[in-house]
Amino acid sequence: MNKYMKSFWAGVRAEAPLLVGVFPFGLIYGALALNAGLSAAAAQMMSSIVFAGSSQFVTAQLVREAAPGLVIVLTIAVVNLRHMLYSASVAPYIKNLSLRWKILLAYLLTDEAYAATIIHYEEEDVTPTSHWFFLGAGFSLWFIWQVSSAVGIFLGAKIPASWPLNFALPLTFIAMVMPVLKDYPVIAAALSAGFVALLAFNLPFKLGLILAALIGILVGTILENRKSPKETL
Amino acid sequence: MNIWLVFLLGGLVTFGMRLSFIYLFGRFDVPQVVHRALRFVPPAVLSAIIFPSILMPNNYLDISLTNHRWMAGLVAVLVALWTKNTLLTILAGMAALLILQLVF
Repeated sequence: MNKYMKSFWAGVRAEAPLLVGVFPFGLIYGALALNAGLSAAAAQMMSSIVFAGSSQFVTAQLVREAAPGLVIVLTIAVVNLRHMLYSASVAPYIKNLSLRWKILLAYLLTDEAYAATIIHYEEEDVTPTSHWFFLGAGFSLWFIWQVSSAVGIFLGAKIPASWPLNFALPLTFIAMVMPVLKDYPVIAAALSAGFVALLAFNLPFKLGLILAALIGILVGTILENRKSPKETL
Repeated sequence: MNIWLVFLLGGLVTFGMRLSFIYLFGRFDVPQVVHRALRFVPPAVLSAIIFPSILMPNNYLDISLTNHRWMAGLVAVLVALWTKNTLLTILAGMAALLILQLVF
């Protein structure tokens, strides 16, 4: 095995524990998307074209509620804004790669791929093979996401419509949000977004979610700046 | 809008954001305030989805005991705090909802 493949497999191994956690998400996504009225082909295509779990969950919900297409696209944009943070964070480590590599790695830059890769870069710094590590982490996640979505779509067709399957969405998000609520600006951002979402629920075109998220982000940023004004300069 | 077009645009936007700073690195620095704001995106977005889906299951605010969803959601919050395990949180919340529906 050459050194590139070695690095690739090291990436896969680093990603493995995260893959175990992602598989059930893919199952739930597939079942939920079908349950929301998407065709099996559309549900699977979303997993490969959009390829971002939480925005896919939200899209399924918006499709169920018959939100306009433009609002769905905007909502996907807001939900996936955090990827810009990952992009900024890995950029210095892959600045010398060709554009082809940058495009490939950007496509694979999910929450989970980022988590495994950034640890590797911080520990080992850039080596001639480290982009293969990134590729291994990113590709293994991509593969598991496609497979688990497909299995979820297959199983979803067999789940009775009366099951409260859509409740898996808020539960999944509760599990994701609780660990990040570590300091008060974050808690305030979460609470204010939540309350605005309740107040703005009946806004036309399902725009309440976008408004609530933007206000939450604003509240968190303002509080953080107040907490440590020096660092912002 | 056609659903395939929605996916295509949603995919392009997502890919564009993932590529953004990777592509621009060296040409443009991330302003500190943007860097800070991005940290609040996940908690804000997730909460904006969680609150209405457990507190307004029928499109109006319902915190009575006949709304099982906020109670099951609370169980999930506690399990999440206690175990920090995603799958356990989902299973506990689901189980709580099914039990509440059976009992009441």
